[in-house]
Amino acid sequence: MLEVNLQQTLPTTLDVELNCEKGEVLALVGPSGAGKSTVLRCIAGLQAPQQGFVSCKGNTWFDSEAKINKTPQQRRVGMVFQNYALFPHLTVMENIKLALDVDKGMHHQHGHRLLEQVNLSGLEQRYPHQLSGGQQQRVAIARALARQPEGLLLDEPFSAVDKVTRRKLYMELNTLRRQLDMPVILVTHDLDEAAMLADSLCVIHQGNTLQQGSPEAVLFQPNNVAIARQVDARNVFTAQLVEHENKLRLKWYDYLIDVANTSHFKVDEPVHWTLSPSKVLLHQRVRKSRGEHENPLEGTISEMVSLRGITTLILNVEHTDGRSLQMDLPEHVAMRNGLKIGETISVSLLADAIHLMRE
Amino acid sequence: MDWQAFQVSISLALLTCLSLLPIGLAIAYFLAKSNFVGRGFIEAVITLPLVLPPTVLGYFLLVGMDNNSFLGGLFVSLTGESLAFSFVGLWFASIIYSLPFAVQPMLRSLESIAPEIREAAWCSGLSKWKTFFKIELPLAWPGIITAMVLSFSHTLGEFGVVLMIGGNIAGETRTLSIAIYDSVVAFEHQQAQSMSLILLAVALVTITLVYTLNRKQARVAVL
Repeated sequence: MLEVNLQQTLPTTLDVELNCEKGEVLALVGPSGAGKSTVLRCIAGLQAPQQGFVSCKGNTWFDSEAKINKTPQQRRVGMVFQNYALFPHLTVMENIKLALDVDKGMHHQHGHRLLEQVNLSGLEQRYPHQLSGGQQQRVAIARALARQPEGLLLDEPFSAVDKVTRRKLYMELNTLRRQLDMPVILVTHDLDEAAMLADSLCVIHQGNTLQQGSPEAVLFQPNNVAIARQVDARNVFTAQLVEHENKLRLKWYDYLIDVANTSHFKVDEPVHWTLSPSKVLLHQRVRKSRGEHENPLEGTISEMVSLRGITTLILNVEHTDGRSLQMDLPEHVAMRNGLKIGETISVSLLADAIHLMRE
Repeated sequence: MDWQAFQVSISLALLTCLSLLPIGLAIAYFLAKSNFVGRGFIEAVITLPLVLPPTVLGYFLLVGMDNNSFLGGLFVSLTGESLAFSFVGLWFASIIYSLPFAVQPMLRSLESIAPEIREAAWCSGLSKWKTFFKIELPLAWPGIITAMVLSFSHTLGEFGVVLMIGGNIAGETRTLSIAIYDSVVAFEHQQAQSMSLILLAVALVTITLVYTLNRKQARVAVL
């Protein structure tokens, strides 16, 4: 397990705590300048924070109190840089061989195996400038793995390739990660990329790690509104908790909304609530169902966008001073129900999926 | 044709450029890695011989090599001989005189290596020395060759400094450029011409080499 705890005030503020289990992919997500790369550099030993500790597989790499600060060479860490940083004067094979730990009896056969693992067999004698962006990334990964590292760090590894290649590389990384039994930290500013590739997500903003958890938990159950903003939560509203028929319910304009989980909150408390757009259910116009009793709302469609089979609707909810709710539904459902801009529809908000937050 | 002067010139140029390989590389490496406040001043001092009139530089070197000065006195106490007007003194002066020609190309080529390349080498387990020999040195090689060629040809053609601190001792401090001057003054134009042609050919070959290598370096930098 990789345990990281970093504190720093200068030159940039850093207050980071994150854990990554063996075989787990942890995505460190945040906007540009949030300190993501600094965290990776501190883990790799390329930079030392003022305080904190970094340990991997029980080995302490950095401990400010015990005055331990191992060099990158001593840390056995595999790092893939944003622009891959391949050695331009060496061939693909030489790039990998240089990182092979010959002292520990690794044979050059291992280099060929690594290239096979990243689907690059046959390109051993090419130079980095003769490779495409995707191939360069694979060499960088193979080189990072050559040392048999105890942890793998990927610094925005997909930012230097085009979209089509990126999607192919996502799949490859997914296959590769199943063969790795080390903690993997992936730095990215792309939330979709993080949710797709990672088992665990950690949000970082202005050098502070705000929340770590499963992608589902971080994206749809953020701990507070600041995190909700960072993860681009699309439906965030303010409301008040009231007691109604012996139950805490959300009073949102004229609506009384059922919420499954209201523990930790008290009556009359002003709260923020959020709901994933995929958890807003459309009431079928032809065949009514029982689900229609669950937090029903009516609204007018003000916008409709379809992308890769998902239609996103923006619904101006009635009696809410023009608040709009976003909902995602399969494109065929939108078509079958004949949804159009300007039409009024009724929807249900799933009580289980409504998440309450404090400021 | 003064073959003795030719031999002095070639020996001086070779020794100077070989000495400047470790000296220039050490200075360039130190400057490329550090970013302290006085860096600009240090770079200016190293570049000074490039803009200073050779006679002025020669004068200061002559004063520095005087038997009563620290350096001159030390040399006398060690060898029993005077540093000024000797081949060793000339060699020392040539190192100072050609220093900017060695340091600048080396510094530029070391600076052109992206820091991530160095860091990637460390993360790959390479020690700082191994990183230097396997990564930085090969990547900076065109700059290093340029530095060697420039310091060789610059030393070969040096005149003012040699005249100031070397005098004109045959077989010791009389270089080809001094011999050319002597021939012209003595109206031996035929001899002056043949020696000048030799220096012209050497200069042309070295400059061609520098341009070819610079183009190669530009290609590497694009990668």
